[in-house]
Amino acid sequence: MSENIIEIEHLNKSFGDVKAVNDLSIRVKEGELYAFLGVNGAGKSTTISIICGQLSKDSGKVVVSGRNIDDGMEDVTRSLGVVFQNSALDMALNVRENLESRAALYGIKGERFRKRLEELSEILDFKDILTRTVGKLSGGQRRRIDIARALLHRPKILILDEPTTGLDLQTRKLLWDVTEKLRRSDNMTVFLTTHYMEEAADADYVVILDSGRISAEGTPLELKNKYTGDFITLYGVTERELDKIELPKENIRDGVRIAVPNTAAATELIVRYPELFKDYEITKGKMDDVFLAVTGKKLIGGNEK
Amino acid sequence: MTGLGNLIKRNCRLFFKDKGMFFTSLITPIILLVLYATFLANVYKSSFMSALPEGFVDAENIIDKTVAGQLFSSLLAVCCITVAFCSNMLMVQDKVNGVRKDLTVTPVKRSVLALSYYVSTAFSTLIVCFGAAAACFIYIANIGWYMSAEDVLMILGDIFLLVMFGTALSSIVNSFLTSQGQISAVGTVVSAGYGFICGAYMPISQFGEGLQKVLSFLPGTYGTSLLKNHAMRGVFEEMTDIGFPEEIVEAIKDSVDCNLYFFDNKVETGDMCLILAIADVVLIGVYIILNMRKSDARR
Repeated sequence: MSENIIEIEHLNKSFGDVKAVNDLSIRVKEGELYAFLGVNGAGKSTTISIICGQLSKDSGKVVVSGRNIDDGMEDVTRSLGVVFQNSALDMALNVRENLESRAALYGIKGERFRKRLEELSEILDFKDILTRTVGKLSGGQRRRIDIARALLHRPKILILDEPTTGLDLQTRKLLWDVTEKLRRSDNMTVFLTTHYMEEAADADYVVILDSGRISAEGTPLELKNKYTGDFITLYGVTERELDKIELPKENIRDGVRIAVPNTAAATELIVRYPELFKDYEITKGKMDDVFLAVTGKKLIGGNEK
Repeated sequence: MTGLGNLIKRNCRLFFKDKGMFFTSLITPIILLVLYATFLANVYKSSFMSALPEGFVDAENIIDKTVAGQLFSSLLAVCCITVAFCSNMLMVQDKVNGVRKDLTVTPVKRSVLALSYYVSTAFSTLIVCFGAAAACFIYIANIGWYMSAEDVLMILGDIFLLVMFGTALSSIVNSFLTSQGQISAVGTVVSAGYGFICGAYMPISQFGEGLQKVLSFLPGTYGTSLLKNHAMRGVFEEMTDIGFPEEIVEAIKDSVDCNLYFFDNKVETGDMCLILAIADVVLIGVYIILNMRKSDARR
C-alpha cells in the first residue's frame, strides 16, 4: 500500500465573501496520477497555491511529503515541481540562462547543472534551442522548457496546472510520455488540474471540485460506474428494428446507440435479443458525462457551459 | 542564502537585456542634457556673467566650468534615482508576469529574494551612474580640468550614497505596486518629477520660499547639493584665486544650491552626508520591516 504524499484536511480559504476552498480534504498517494477537475473558479488553483506556499490558508492542515506546511516551506518546496498555467520563465533570457538561474535556487550549479541539463534536454528534446531567447519560442517549445524547469531538482511531486491547454498534439504526447516514464522510473507523483476530460480519464484518482467543495471523487471507473451508464453501439441496424428494446436510443451515422444503466443490463439485452447483436460494441460513459452528471455543468475550455 | 548570487546575476542581466527598461531609466538624464544643450547652459552663463564686475581675466572660461559642474552634478543626481527606480521595476514585473510565483516555489527565502532585488538594483544603478560619471569627467576635462583627486573620490562617494538612497526608496515604493499600469505611472512621475524636486532642472534657490522649505525636508535635496559642492569646489577655488569677490562666489554658491539652508541655518556638507546616510539606513530598515510583515501575513 502506497503512502500518502499529500494530505489535506478541512482546508478553507476565502477571498472576502467568496469561499474559494470549502472544507476540502484529500489524500494523494505516492506515485499516482491525481486529477483535479472543475470549472474556472472551482478552487483548483487556490488549492495548488496553498500547497506551494504561494497563498496562506484560513484554516485546515496541509501535509506534503510528511511535512506540515505550517512548519516551513523549505523542505516542502524541494519536493515540489510546478508547471504553471502560463509560462513563468524570463522571456528576455535564453533557455540555458533560465534553467541555470532556476537550478541555482535549489543549489544545483556547475557540473551538476550541466549534467542535469544534458539529461533533460535529451528527454524533452530541446538541445537545439538552448541558446534561443524564451520569448521567441513557440508555445510548444516553451512548454517543454517549463517542464524541464519543474523537473530540474528531481521533485517527488509534479504539479501540473492545466499544462496542455492550447498545446499541439505532439507536445501534449511528449508531456504525457515523459511524466509517465518518470512515474514508473522514479515513482513520481503527478498532481494534475486539467480541462481535458480524456486526460482525467487516464488518472489513477479523480476529484471533481465545484465551488470549492468536492462534488465527487474516485477512480475514473468508479466515477463512470456511479454517475454514467454504459452505451451499446449497434452497427448495421435501424432504430425501427430495435423497437422492442425500450431504452433511450440515438441514431448515429452507421447504426444506433442505446444507453443502458450498466454492463450487466447490456449483457442481459444481448442474451435476450441475440439476433440483433451481430456487430456491436459496449463502451463506458465518458468523463464529460460524469462531470455533467455531478456538477450539472459542461466543461469547455475551463469555462462553465 | 542559497541562490542569492544567481538571483542578483539574473536581475542585472534582465535589466541590461531589457532595452526598454534601460533606456527609460535614462530619459531624465537625456532631458537634462537637451535642456542644457538648448538653453539652460546659456541662461546660467549669462546670469553668472552679468553678476561679475568688469575686468576679470578668463572669467568666461571659469563660468563655463561652473556651468559644466552644474550640468555634471545635476545629471548624476537624477541618474542615481531614476535609474534605480527603473531597474527596481523588475520586482513589479516579476509579480505581473508570474515569474515571482516560480521564484517563490523554490527553497529560496523571500527575504533573500527581497535582498536580491535591492543588491541587483544598487549594482546596476552604480554601473550606469559610474559610467555616466566617467563620461562627465571626460566632458569636464574637455572644458578644462579643475578637480582634485579628493573631489573625484567624494563625487564617487556621493554617487554611492545617492544610489543607496534611490534603491531603498524605489524598493519601498515598488513593493506596493502590482500592475503594469502602476509601473508606468510611477515611472512617469519619477522621471518627470524628480529632476524638479531635487533641484536638477532648476536650482531650488529659484523656487518660492514655501517650496524651498518643503524641499529642505527631502533627503534627495541634500544628495544633489553634495554632488554640486564636490563637482564645483575646484571652480570656486579658482574663482577665489583669480580674485572674485567673496560675496560673488557665495552668491553663485547660493544660486546653484551649493549652499543649502534648513530654516535659515546653513547645512554643511558633512551634515548633508550624514542626512543622506541616515535616510539610507532608515529606508533600508523600512524595506526590511515591510518584508518581515509580508512574511508574517503569509504565515
